[in-house]
This record gives sequence, structure tokens and C-alpha cells, in this order.
Amino acid sequence: MMPLLDVRSLTKTYGGRIGCADVSFRLYPGEVLGIVGESGSGKSTLLNCLAGHLLPDAGRVIFDTRAEGPRDVLEMSEPERRMLGRTDWAFVHQNPRDGLRMRISAGGNVGERLMAVGARHYGEIRAQATDWLGRVEIGETRIDDRPSAFSGGMQQRLQIARNLVTGPRLVFMDEPTGGLDVSVQARLLDLIRGLVRRMGLSAIVVTHDLAVVRLLADRLMVMKDGQVIETGLTDQVLDDPQAPYTQLLVSSVLQV
Amino acid sequence: MTPMIHVEHLAKSFTLHNQGGAVIPVIEGAGFSVRAGECVALTGTSGAGKSTVMRILYGNYLAQGGSVRIGGLDITKAEPREILALRRETLGYVSQFLRVVPRVPTLEVVAEPLLALGRPEAEALARARDLLTRLRIPDTLWGLSPTTFSGGEQQRVNIARGFAHAYPALLLDEPTASLDATNRETVLTLIEEAKAGGAAIVGIFHDLEARARVADREIDVSAFAPGRAA
Amino acid sequence: MSDTDYNFAYLDEQTKRMIRRAILKGVAVPGYQVPFASREMPMPYGWGTGGVQVTAACLTPADRLKVIDQGADDTTNAVSIRKFFEKTAGVAVTERTAEATIIQTRHRIPEVPLTEDQILVYQVPIPEPLRFLEPSEVETRKMHALEDYGLMHVKLYEDISRHGEIATAYAYPVKVEGRYVMDPSPIPKFDNPKLESAALQLFGAGREQRIYAVPPHTRVVSLDFDDYPFDPSKAPHACALCGALDSYLDEVITDDAGGRMFVCSDTDFCASRRGEAA
Repeated sequence: MMPLLDVRSLTKTYGGRIGCADVSFRLYPGEVLGIVGESGSGKSTLLNCLAGHLLPDAGRVIFDTRAEGPRDVLEMSEPERRMLGRTDWAFVHQNPRDGLRMRISAGGNVGERLMAVGARHYGEIRAQATDWLGRVEIGETRIDDRPSAFSGGMQQRLQIARNLVTGPRLVFMDEPTGGLDVSVQARLLDLIRGLVRRMGLSAIVVTHDLAVVRLLADRLMVMKDGQVIETGLTDQVLDDPQAPYTQLLVSSVLQV
Repeated sequence: MTPMIHVEHLAKSFTLHNQGGAVIPVIEGAGFSVRAGECVALTGTSGAGKSTVMRILYGNYLAQGGSVRIGGLDITKAEPREILALRRETLGYVSQFLRVVPRVPTLEVVAEPLLALGRPEAEALARARDLLTRLRIPDTLWGLSPTTFSGGEQQRVNIARGFAHAYPALLLDEPTASLDATNRETVLTLIEEAKAGGAAIVGIFHDLEARARVADREIDVSAFAPGRAA
Repeated sequence: MSDTDYNFAYLDEQTKRMIRRAILKGVAVPGYQVPFASREMPMPYGWGTGGVQVTAACLTPADRLKVIDQGADDTTNAVSIRKFFEKTAGVAVTERTAEATIIQTRHRIPEVPLTEDQILVYQVPIPEPLRFLEPSEVETRKMHALEDYGLMHVKLYEDISRHGEIATAYAYPVKVEGRYVMDPSPIPKFDNPKLESAALQLFGAGREQRIYAVPPHTRVVSLDFDDYPFDPSKAPHACALCGALDSYLDEVITDDAGGRMFVCSDTDFCASRRGEAA
């Protein structure tokens, strides 16, 4: 099987400081990869390099495009990368404000990606927006409300709907449950898991919350000081960690 | 015929890096096979490593040496995605604890292994209803998340989920613990049905009667303790 | 020539050449906003400094200039600018659309179709059609470069969802020659069909330092949805003075008792109709 994303020796430094160093992995269709590590471990740098928000110093990010097969994303032109960013890729920010247009209605937020790829029928755009709001459990009556009138959890669900409406194949998530109440987190995790399974999505989830990756991720990558120090099946890494740092990380989690 | 589960020269130790780098050997030189339609019980005193062996068989613990072939795949060397595929299609595991996403209704929890295989939703839900009925989970609870259930109810949901798909290889960790006589009987029947269906089963049974009834052989894991094996 | 000490049409020759280069680039890339080094003009921003600079760069001594504000030749802004060029350039002026070679306008396109011998110069307050949707100039320029115009339709979507129709009544966004989305300046959407014209149309934004152009006979399409097509409607009345049914109307309040009348916003159009009728 062809990997959907093939990352080779990705390196990013900030001056003399290492952001992430020599990261390689393959992501297969339908897989969810969790990247864990504490603040400053390089996990967000890595995610931003993968998603094209940051330019890495070295390495390759090869994506299996629909039309042309495997292409190095870093060698694509800006228009190609942007097109990818609003069709096959999606990015869910930790703070929904970074991923939503706060002055535009929920329906407009969901419809934007459709209009960006050429949808020009208001009724159809609105029907799709309604459908997607339903899928993320936002009532149809809220379609014309602005996200500023929504709770944090609703905003995050709206951001997910806005991202998934064009049927992407790869979703990047940066601490998708960060800053949410625990009960809201559970609901969101359940939602993401259901969508991932039903749509056959591949996802890369960056988080420092081990409970989140246990529920969401098939595989885990543990990062420290910009390096990948351990990878494996999620439950194996969490239940039988090998690296000293991973053991410390796992044993530091408070048990409920 | 090659056995469904084939373990050779298996070794496992834990290195506690944050406790002075202490190395604790747990298993050494373990080897056994389980054929299709056969049920093998792991025995040994508490702490002998029964659960560790089960977890290695499931790919949950890493082995330090040897090989574990299940359905032809050596899981000690397999890629995560190969193990995931194996768990989806071939290898089932009923653990002692139910671990699910909060808020997911019981019926979906039980149907999930079939949905993950791409079976039609109607078929998966029908199978889930059937199992929950047999295990006497009242249908008023099906729409609720099992996280709020009692220990015994959770255990039965866990069993229903483990038996939803007819895995060719099945690991059972104390499947009859904390069950009343009627439900215990149901679980034993489920195990017998799985055997008859050709499943290779490895189980831990503290319930001696149950063990005697379903197990064809016993393997004493004490024999795999380090220093004991050849 | 004029008898003042000003250089012809106020601006120095170097500046006019710089502006002409921007205009030529604008003509070459229809709808694209060309940056230019806007000068301080002897009038406040918002009074047409961009349009005045473009007009200054286009004027020749043989030109005949017309200046309108909201369609009228006799408002303060129009009169001031006309006088400004009478004084600094000594050019002939007119209020007759058909007689003018250059028409500087604020917020209207004359009713009478323009010809290939005419230039229409627009005063533009905010040249960026995406400005209120995306505050970053860096980002909007990228969006233009990449034809990433989904956001523009989001605005129209918002209109329909809130008002049941596209409520944008002026500065209605258009796509020029199938490429750039352009703000036609705050003309009423009624005027949008007239953007496809035989005349050269130049747009100058002084404060924002941008010039753009629609060359003669360029395709200009108003953005819309398949199920909510563009509708260049106007007030459903006839002009109270000349009786025209097909001209853009101003509503004039005549007393404190709710009295009002609708009259042509294009004063020359209205006057010539009445002259013909008389």
C-alpha cells in the first residue's frame, strides 16, 4: 500500500536552536498518528512544517495527490499548496479563533471552502452547511449566528465542520481539545473519532494529553528536544514505554 | 497445518530508566503453539507473567527476543499498521477492563469491531443486539455509555464486544471473573462456540471449573521464568 | 496655457510620467491594483486625490474636462476639482457628457454610453474589494495572485443569509476579464453593466496609493450565485423632472412632512432630456 504521507528527514532550526531534527515517518490512508511531547519538544514546529505553514531547512514531505500521485509538497508552487490546503488537507487549530472567521456566520464559515473551490449555488452551499452543522451537533437554527455567540466547544466543532466540508484526506490537528472542559473534550473526541472512521480520514494529532491520543491515535510518536525518541502502536508505547523520557511522561500522568 | 499462534524463544524484560535503570527480566525462552479450534489456558501463580504473555501476544508489550507468529505475522517485528490490521481482522482480545470513548452508546461500542471491518451497519448492530441480549444487558441501557455501568455490566459489554467478530485467534483475560452463574454459563457457551468455529484461544482462567470445561491444554508460565528455562 | 506659475495640471512632469506608467500597467493587467507613489494634493483625502492625480496625468491642453460627484456637475467637490484644473491646466471644461474627453467621477457612471474617445476617471476610497473580509494586505495580495476568491462569495452568502438577497447595493464586486476581482468604487450596482464600455476607465485611490484600469470593451462580470443572479435594480420610479424610467434616481426630501421626489442623479442627462422635450 502507498503511504498517504511520506516524511523524510525533516529538519527545522531557528537560528542555532533546533525546532525539529531529522524526523521521518509514513502515514497510511485511514491512520491516525499522535505526536506527543511537552511544550518546546518540537511537535508544533513539526506539524507546521508538514502543513506548509513553516518552511523546513531540509527534508521532504511527499503527499500522494489525487491527480498526480506522490508529490513533494515542499517543491509545489504556492498556488498548488494552497489548493491542497483547501481541498485534500485540513488544519484544525487549538484556538478556534485562529481557524474561524469570527465576523462571519456559522454557515458562511462552513461554506467558504466550498465557494473557494467554485461552488456558486447558494441553496446547495447552504444545504451542505446545514448538513455539516448537524454532523458536528450544531442545531440548524444556529446557522446564521456568528461564532462569537458560540461556546468554546461549539466553536471547535464548527472549525471541524468548516475543515471537513470539502472531504479532505488528511487532517492536521493542533491540540484539538486544548482549552476545553473535560466533558466537552469527551464529546469532541467521540465526534472526531466517528468522523475519522466514517470518512476514512488520515490524521496527525499533536497534543500533550496522553488520554487524547489513547482514544484517537493508532500510532504514537514521542518527541523531546526536537527529536523523535520513540514510536509505535499507541497502546504499546503508553503501556510498555521503552525510552527513559517516555517512561517518565507516562508515569507522570495523574491517574483518575 | 501451521498453528494459528506460534511462540518461540520469547523473552521479555522491563527496564526502569527512572528507577536507577533497574532491569527486571520477566520471561525467557517461552515457546508454545495453539492450533485452530484449540483453547489453551495459561496457568501459574500471581506475578508469574500470565498477563505479560497475553499482552505480548496482543502486541501491547514489546518482546525483547524471540518471535510470536499469529496468522503468519510475526508481531515482534511487524509494523504498527500490520498489527492494527491483525487486531482488526484476526486477533481479538477480551481484557479485564473496558476502555472506551466516553459518551459512545453501548450498542455502538459492541458493534464497533464489525463496523471497523466495513460490515454493513445493520448487520453490525443486529449482531450487537443479539450478544447484549444473550449477556442479559437490559435494552434500556443500550443507548447509554457503558462508562456509567457496574463492574459486572462493563465486563459483559467487554465480552460482547470481544465476541462480535469471529476472530480466528482470541485472547481471554479472566472472561468469567465477576459474573454470576447464568452469565458465566453464557460466556462459556460463547467460548465453546468460538472454538467450534475454529478459533485458536489463549485464556487466563482463575475459575478452575471454567478452565477445566473449555481448555484443552494448560501451559504453566512459571516454566518461562528467567533462569528456569534452558 | 494657463497664466499661473503651476506646472501644467499641477503635478510635475516626473510624477505624471510615474503615474502614466502605473496606468499603462493597469491597462495591461485589467483589474489589477498597481501601486503608485501617491502625492500630497492640495485637498483632503477622501476628496478625490487619487482621481485628481490620474486626471492630471491624462490631461492634455486640448482636452475638455467634465467632473461629476454622485452624477451632478454642480456639487462642491465637482466644482472644486473642475476649477482646480481650469486654474492649473487651463483646459476647457464642460457639463455635457458627450462633449467631454475626460470625465472625472465620484460614485456614478454617466447614463449616456461613453465612446472610445473618452476617458472615465473614478475616485476610489478603498480599492481592495477583499479589505473588510481579510484585513491583511499581504494576504489579500496573495489571494489576488492565486485567484483565491472564495471569500468574496462568502460576503455575498452572508448578504443572502441575512437579508434574503444580495444586499450589496454599491461597490458591488466584479470580475474583470475572467481574472481579477475588482472594486468598481462606490458606484450603485445599477451602474455595473455600464462598466463594459467603449471608453477607457481608470481608477485612482490616493490614500491607498493604487491605480487600476478597465480598458475599452473589457468583459466585466458582477459576482453572484446561480440561484441568486446579479440584479442591477433601482428605485421603481420615473424621474420627477424629465420622466426618464431607465436612469438612476436620487431621492430628494422636499419638506418636513415626508414629501419627497425622485430625480435623475445624472444632472446632464436629465437637463438634456428636458431640453429636448422643451
